[in-house]
Amino acid sequence: MASPIYNLFFRKNTAMLTTVFVTMFGFQMAFDTGSTVLWDKINQGRQWKDIKSRYMEKEDEE
Amino acid sequence: MALMAAGVVMAAGGAFLIFGRDVHAMTPAEEGLHPTQFPWEHTKWHKTYDHASLRRGFQVYREVCASCHSLSRIPYRTLVGNMMTVDEAKALAEENEYDTDPNDEGEIEKRPGKLSDYIPSPYKNDEAARAANNGALPPDLSLMVKARHGGVNYIFSLLTGYPEEPPAGATVPDGLNFNPYFPGTGIAMARVLFDGLVEYEDGTPATTSQMAKDVVEFLNWSAEPEADERKKMGWKVIAVTSVLLGLSIWVKKYKWAPIKSRKIVYNPPVVGTPVSKLKQMENQKAK
Repeated sequence: MASPIYNLFFRKNTAMLTTVFVTMFGFQMAFDTGSTVLWDKINQGRQWKDIKSRYMEKEDEE
Repeated sequence: MALMAAGVVMAAGGAFLIFGRDVHAMTPAEEGLHPTQFPWEHTKWHKTYDHASLRRGFQVYREVCASCHSLSRIPYRTLVGNMMTVDEAKALAEENEYDTDPNDEGEIEKRPGKLSDYIPSPYKNDEAARAANNGALPPDLSLMVKARHGGVNYIFSLLTGYPEEPPAGATVPDGLNFNPYFPGTGIAMARVLFDGLVEYEDGTPATTSQMAKDVVEFLNWSAEPEADERKKMGWKVIAVTSVLLGLSIWVKKYKWAPIKSRKIVYNPPVVGTPVSKLKQMENQKAK
């Protein structure tokens, strides 16, 4: 039970809570970013952000 | 012989009455031809709308459908970031006039449209719409894809399904047009989409089916503008919950393993020698 991981992250309640919150934050960011990248790859060229450059550029020229 | 034949015919007639053709409340014509299932890309559960198609579809709506059909649930702001830039949507909104709030004298004035305004209806009210359309009310298209059986397939079939001439034997009432997909086959709307009717800015050839496809996809968006986000969220939910499901299966197995694999053994209690046997033994000793 006295492994370094246990001592560092889980032994104290405050450390445990910090671990939970930091992991949650990090995981959520990674998961959201990853799923967005995958989604945009599947739907390449279909979404507005893929095609809006056509219409934005045209306005700049005018 | 004649009697027997008559009997067979009657029996067959009776069987037909009992087991014969199904009885429907509506004739096939009243039901309308069921639409073909088309291979839509945007209805797949991992695909978003094709927003270039939405933009073309909105153009078709503006140039063709909007002369009769309203789209009263769509404000200009929803077009921004979906098929138009902010400036384009603002310019489009400003083309129309809307009532202001009452001013100090209680007069209601006109002002140019803003992004928060809704797309104006072609008629002031339903009665005006009926009066202008031979008594038929062009329905609002905002939720039309959700409001009709067959959804996108039905609307696409309807728009592209007008025959050159009604088939022989079909009765088409005055002022109506024949369309097999419309329940009752008599529809007040005439065919409106013809090749080359609009000119797409992105150079897509404006064939009848291309315009129908674009406008149907646009109407699907107007009925379900949240679909892109909803599908993405659905995939994320499935990903997270499948991990949780795997975890819970593992925990269940972990907790149940000792209970499932234990062996229950019954050891009968050691019973002492019965009294009768003791007595027998004593008698034998006495002998």
